[in-house]
Amino acid sequence: MINLETPKKFNQLISQAHQVAAEVLRTNSRKYDTLEHEYPKELDMLAAAIDGLNEGGALGGAGAGAVGGGSSNGSAKAENGDGNRNGSNMASLLGLIEMCWGDVGLLLAMPRQGLGQAAIAAVANEEQLKRFGGKWAAMAITEPEAGSDSAAIRTTAVLDEKTGEYVLNGEKIFVTSGDRADLIVVWATLDRKQGRAAIKSFVVERDNPGLKLDRLEHKLGIRASDTANFVLTDCRVPKENLLGSPEIAPKGGFSGVMQTFDNTRPLVAGMAIGVARACLEATREHLREAGIEVDYDTPPALQSAAAAEYIAMEADWEAARLLTLQAAWMADNRKPNSLQASMAKAKAGRMGTDVALRCVALCGATGFGEGELMEKWARDAKILDLFEGTQQIQLLIIARLLLGKTSAELK
Amino acid sequence: MAVGLRALNKVASSGAIDRLGLRDPVVSLIHGATKQTARTAATAGRTFAAAQRLSRPARQPRAKRSDLFDLTPSDEQILLRDSVREFALAELRGVALDADASCTTPPELLGQANELGLTMIGVPEELGGAVQERSATTTVLMSEALAQGDMGIAAACLAPAAVSTAISLWGDAQQQATYLPEFVGENVPAASLAVMEPRPLFDPFALRTTARGSGGGYVLDGVKALVPRAGDAEVFVVAADLEGEGPSLFIVESKTDGISLEPEPGMGVRAAATQRLHLENVKLPATALLGGGERDVYADCVALSRLAWCALAIGTGQAVLDYVSDYVKDRRAFGEPVSNRQAVAFAVSNIAIELDGLRLTTYRAASRVDQGLPFHREVALARRLCADRLMAIGSEGVQLLGGHGYVKEHPVERWYRDLRAAGIMEGALLV
Repeated sequence: MINLETPKKFNQLISQAHQVAAEVLRTNSRKYDTLEHEYPKELDMLAAAIDGLNEGGALGGAGAGAVGGGSSNGSAKAENGDGNRNGSNMASLLGLIEMCWGDVGLLLAMPRQGLGQAAIAAVANEEQLKRFGGKWAAMAITEPEAGSDSAAIRTTAVLDEKTGEYVLNGEKIFVTSGDRADLIVVWATLDRKQGRAAIKSFVVERDNPGLKLDRLEHKLGIRASDTANFVLTDCRVPKENLLGSPEIAPKGGFSGVMQTFDNTRPLVAGMAIGVARACLEATREHLREAGIEVDYDTPPALQSAAAAEYIAMEADWEAARLLTLQAAWMADNRKPNSLQASMAKAKAGRMGTDVALRCVALCGATGFGEGELMEKWARDAKILDLFEGTQQIQLLIIARLLLGKTSAELK
Repeated sequence: MAVGLRALNKVASSGAIDRLGLRDPVVSLIHGATKQTARTAATAGRTFAAAQRLSRPARQPRAKRSDLFDLTPSDEQILLRDSVREFALAELRGVALDADASCTTPPELLGQANELGLTMIGVPEELGGAVQERSATTTVLMSEALAQGDMGIAAACLAPAAVSTAISLWGDAQQQATYLPEFVGENVPAASLAVMEPRPLFDPFALRTTARGSGGGYVLDGVKALVPRAGDAEVFVVAADLEGEGPSLFIVESKTDGISLEPEPGMGVRAAATQRLHLENVKLPATALLGGGERDVYADCVALSRLAWCALAIGTGQAVLDYVSDYVKDRRAFGEPVSNRQAVAFAVSNIAIELDGLRLTTYRAASRVDQGLPFHREVALARRLCADRLMAIGSEGVQLLGGHGYVKEHPVERWYRDLRAAGIMEGALLV
């Protein structure tokens, strides 16, 4: 039966995440926006609490399997007769929206949460899971000359048969929490001539002497979340640290890696939904103070321009939110969702930026000034239309799927 | 089950399911259901009279609240939707151009549409309706499917259902007994819900059509705009401002004195044969007032109409997406299909994104209606997307065909005009 309401069983999770967002994240938002690169120590206690809650299942991964919480495994079995399932993907998403209503930057800086852990969970074997599980893992994919085109990475991994180690050489940029994490999952190629099939991921301990921090970026927003650049120089890792199979399979290997994005893109979309909701709520309150009420029955053209603008923004927000829930719901029900995940990411990414900037405009100096958080949200929001696949990459994926195009035909 | 056996029975007796290969599943679903009794045909301008008297009005019960997020329609809804879509693509698309030009929907097509039971979906089962529970969602799915064939014809087919649904939702026992049997019979009357008025910045909550009490009844004066199938409608539900009460709905039979019509074709939905309805000193009995003149009833009516137009927009938007997707793959320029260019391909992506966004927003509003939850905010959001995003899809549909999109060899210029209607129409349809 068609129903797009948020399931009641997630109410507790949502309210807990909301409380954390209000009391821990929002209260530290301005501080770590100003003190870029300062470690947000308040998160340590929170992370420990979230670990505990996750073990107890109360938050269901809401502390936000940060960027990597959702997974296709671990969902509860079908919950009603027709096999419909609302599982961990939806739970992670709903928790994440609340947390990002609090602060996206701090959410991304949450210890032991991150994309690296998702990559490990997705492809690690039993032994690797035991060694790396529970640690703080960052993800190093992007290079100065390879961003969206992740198949073009130049970092190499060469097996040293004598020592049983891979030797990594190259440069990695935009590594979220790279300096703070225990582990870095590094993408490198075993053989550049063989293209994407030869790209593998390697777990590198942060204290490996071959891994040198080059610098931390100064950014437009999400300043609480550190962004590290690394140089790998003859960085040796045990060959047991290669995640997945060391074979260069001509087909499927890389697309397998890319499929993790089907789970993570709705989560990034969820971040945009959280930030945009923060902007909308604050704007609604300021409009109310200014004597403007939003009326859902009267045609927008007959209301004040501000109210009409608000309804238009809220409509876009709702569309993005439901597209994102759809993608998570499909993942929970093991329906292929590449198309829907990218549609959610594309819509939510642009909606987040658009809504935040328009809210700043409606609120004038109040929105623009640092006296409130809206200007920060508007800066934070922009990253969500960039990472985990830019707007343009999403449109490309969607178009290729809809029109049946290969990447050679539709470049 | 949310959708009753009668609806499936209706579908089973139409030809669409055979072409779809759905005969067996439908038959197994309706196993055990009895065929409804045939009614005698009536002529146009029939006399509506209560054959039986109900002690109290019948209402469709609310759907049970569901606690899980779910985007899968019920089996019955899927069958109904697919049958209607099959009908729409096979029968509507081909005649849409002529229907648009002549501002008429062929009568035989309206007859076929009636066979699908469109006017029965909103009627309570005990009054011969098709669906056990309130199901705005089912109507949304069927409307969407119909408009995938053609929006104007879809509006023509669905116009009588707006009246049967309104009387089912808000009619008293006498009104239901008087009118509803005709809408579940073999010869469904043309009927229309008239809300809109002809002026810029129209507000359905500030009507200039007036109703005043007089001699135990009412007298209506005013002008309603863009009323679908007004020319052959036998009964109208008319929105008028009731003196001292505010906007209210009235049942007005077409043969009442003081009613005159004036053709009012618009830029789009022309097959719906829209006309302007003039009411001059129209005297109605006390029993004409629908829903007791309550503000909530009227506000619900306005919102449910807007939702119906969103459903049509989704169907036509899907038609645009499907059509331009095929076109840009075939059309070659500079030595390759134009869809190999990002500027073209991304436009298609954006159509898909915004269309799906409206679809989900519309479904959410409809499912809230069914579950008895507040729905005016959700409808307003869907309406806004429909007015902004779907209009843009209509425009992009033409743009992607270039000059070819501007000529009538392709349907996109019609969809451009129709999609403008969906975001601005008030009344006329109801889910």
